[in-house]
Amino acid sequence: MTGEVLRLEVSDLQIRVGPSGPDVVSEISFAVPAGEVLGLVGESGSGKTTVALALLGHARRGLRITSGEVRLDGVNLLSLPPGDLRAARGARAAYVPQDPSAALNPALRVGAQIEEALRVHPGVVEDPAARTVDVMREVRLDATPDLLRRYPHQLSGGQQQRVALAMAFCCRPSLIVLDEPTTGLDVSTQRHVLDTVRSLCGLYGVAAVYVSHDLAVVGGLAGEVAVMYAGRIVELGPTSRVFADPIHPYTRRLLAAAPSPDRAEDMTGIEGQPPRPGRRGAGCSFAPRCDFVIDECRVAPPESIAIDGREVRCIRADEIRGPSVPRPTSARPASANQAAALSLRSVSARYGRRPVLSAVDLDVPSESCVAVVGESGSGKTTLARCVAGLHSNWTGRIMFDGTLLEPGLRGRTKETLRQVQYIFQNPYASLNPRKTIGQIVAQPLEQLLGLPFRQRSEQAASALADVSLPADFLDRYPDQLSGGERQRVAIARALVVEPDLLICDEVTSALDVSVQAVIVEQLRRLQRERQLTMIFITHNLALLRSIAETVVVLRDGKVVESGPVDQVLEHPKDPYTAALIEDVPVLAGTAVTQGMTPPGIRRSRSGA
Amino acid sequence: MAIATPSVTGISRRGASRMARHPWIAAAWAAARTPRAAVGLCLACAVVLLAIIGPFVSPSSPDALLTLTFAKPSGQFPLGSDFLGRDVLSRVLNGGWALLLMAASATALGIVAGAAAGISAAYLGGRPDGLIMRTVDVILAFPQLVFALLLVSVLGPRLWLIVLAVGLSHAPQVARVIRSATLDISERDYVKVAELQGMRPRKIMTSEILPNLVSPLTVEAGLRLTYSIVIMAGLSFLGFGQQAPAANWGLMINENLTGLPLNPWAVIVPAALIALLTIGTNTFTDAFARVAIGIDRPPEELALIHELTPRDSR
Repeated sequence: MTGEVLRLEVSDLQIRVGPSGPDVVSEISFAVPAGEVLGLVGESGSGKTTVALALLGHARRGLRITSGEVRLDGVNLLSLPPGDLRAARGARAAYVPQDPSAALNPALRVGAQIEEALRVHPGVVEDPAARTVDVMREVRLDATPDLLRRYPHQLSGGQQQRVALAMAFCCRPSLIVLDEPTTGLDVSTQRHVLDTVRSLCGLYGVAAVYVSHDLAVVGGLAGEVAVMYAGRIVELGPTSRVFADPIHPYTRRLLAAAPSPDRAEDMTGIEGQPPRPGRRGAGCSFAPRCDFVIDECRVAPPESIAIDGREVRCIRADEIRGPSVPRPTSARPASANQAAALSLRSVSARYGRRPVLSAVDLDVPSESCVAVVGESGSGKTTLARCVAGLHSNWTGRIMFDGTLLEPGLRGRTKETLRQVQYIFQNPYASLNPRKTIGQIVAQPLEQLLGLPFRQRSEQAASALADVSLPADFLDRYPDQLSGGERQRVAIARALVVEPDLLICDEVTSALDVSVQAVIVEQLRRLQRERQLTMIFITHNLALLRSIAETVVVLRDGKVVESGPVDQVLEHPKDPYTAALIEDVPVLAGTAVTQGMTPPGIRRSRSGA
Repeated sequence: MAIATPSVTGISRRGASRMARHPWIAAAWAAARTPRAAVGLCLACAVVLLAIIGPFVSPSSPDALLTLTFAKPSGQFPLGSDFLGRDVLSRVLNGGWALLLMAASATALGIVAGAAAGISAAYLGGRPDGLIMRTVDVILAFPQLVFALLLVSVLGPRLWLIVLAVGLSHAPQVARVIRSATLDISERDYVKVAELQGMRPRKIMTSEILPNLVSPLTVEAGLRLTYSIVIMAGLSFLGFGQQAPAANWGLMINENLTGLPLNPWAVIVPAALIALLTIGTNTFTDAFARVAIGIDRPPEELALIHELTPRDSR
């Protein structure tokens, strides 16, 4: 990065709630040279999106940029008059939003939409139509008249995101801010979109800021990474160094929480949650959750220290370097060929007329965990819903524990309903916002077991204790809980009736990595302790080794491969499985255990 | 018309009293603090207070013939007299409560019937849905006032009948709004959870769905109350409500129209009270709805909510 032009320089950026409220982000400084990508990583509430928007001189309603500079090619965007700022947005600083289906105008044809981005900046190009064709080629879309005339809803998610990329790149900006642009995409699509971003940034000397919560994605894309926690950058440096040898305690814990598709490890989550704006206390915001905390940490917010070519916001950065917490590897016991507790035979399901599953056979050995993986639309959630009885339009046989399961809920006895429990993907939707946690957890006891009130509340309290939640949560409402706490409540609700089969439908996909690790560990422990049979639906292959013994790969409603996790991940037989595994971005060289691996981030396919 | 649930509580009022934790109470409080709602609330409360306290403080009997017809305001009769020489002030003070009571009962009836129909139609789906919603369509084909007039002119001007007629004429509109709100909620995972627990449909509707409809129901109630007041006053004006010699604001306007040039207050005051009441309830409802769906939430609070909620669940 030496001698290169600095495209973007951010210094001492601070954003507050209102003119004098608490700060949401503060002391944000970084620089991005031409053609480079800076990764801005952090968990929800860390302020990364707030920073991203501020790079375009924008603050959400209610927030105010109170100090700092955002210099783009030497010009401070924040001091521009509104008219000039508007002209700069899109033309010189472009934004790619997270969800292209919501960001593209559904009433405008794709071609017109890209051209519009050019026409609002007259003088950028002579011939918008020709540039539209050029830029579509650059994002690897065929600029056929047919495609140009389509509406956004007629494109796939990946194509939509490419159109959004085309709109961002069409004016040849100096800066592109990408706000988790691949979150909703399948791994393969994600890989292609990331490749496109990287090559275009290099080609046109664009500085890019890539906001993400996914460490592996950032690792594969960004030359530099800024780790945010509670509104501040806690560690900033070359990605390979930061990921291989993290210094800040938060960075270490964050990396330890990330699942790995390569090794079976216990992921260690971070207990507690980051403080909210206005409640960040006097000292270091991470102090309450930090392993290395000393009294001095709680006195004043730490200044950035330059160390080993990076900046770390920790007063003990010097001392705590060195051997980090070893990451325990866990050997999952190979499943002892127990009898199948749950077996599906030629199960075919349809939504209306559309077939979703065709002739699926599946065996889940008693007291073991089977992961069902596949891309979106592969039918994995439908499979889970058929077993649970939520989807009743299926044919075939599902046997559980020697009894045949009826297709719908109506035909099932209370005993069957108790035996099979289901945990939903989104804990923000699965808890009734008008009930207290106590009512929510006690409800199945009333419905399924008919227990009297006193016994219900006792068992609800002990169920909360099982998922490490304090008893005073019983009186709270769901909106007073964080996402991870809500998902634990959902787990407690499922386990309180002591089921035999637990179905987990993407239970961690709505959660941050540090929370995901906590939840997965908890599920594992509970599964072992209670000898649960478990189906774990996920799209995240990196999680497999940490939770499951066997894996089933679904594609378009068919089982393409199944077997022990290690075997499938290391020697996939089906080409689809192989492709799926190769496209997973891998966080390599996490020094936490692999001190010997050369530091660096690799993608398993390119090996770059 | 799905009205988002306001989740203000966890952020701004953590540790507040137990009552304030209920999101809709918090929304009502937040609404009451906006200027729009404060104005509405003051207007409506003033008129309601007047109607309730009126009978106890009225200077003379509303039915007593005390002076000349259409006498101008004087020291003894501050608002003058009506077409039979009765004290307008006393009649105004006595003529509100019946109107309010009838409007409130009709509203309650309409909301209860409409909500029951709307929730059942949306949650049960299929045949019940078709049956309920087609019935609703048929009732909706009659203009609201005409429907009430029809019933009253056939069965005679009985008060309970008027309440019933106006209430039932509200039900279809409420049912439509609540049905669409319920359709959204029925698909939420917590309803699926209750189904997985083998909960009966009726219990799911009352304990899982209904509590989440409080915001739209409150907005509907305010709106329907406004309409009820107008319709009740209108029916009285047309002679289908309370019968003479009862004191009633709507009836008073009709009775005293002929004396408008002589003593305008006998018409203006009851008309103004009805107007203030409807404007008040309508303004407050509007403010509540805006807060409930998040338009008028303080921007700082909005920003914090945005900051703290994961994107998937916004």
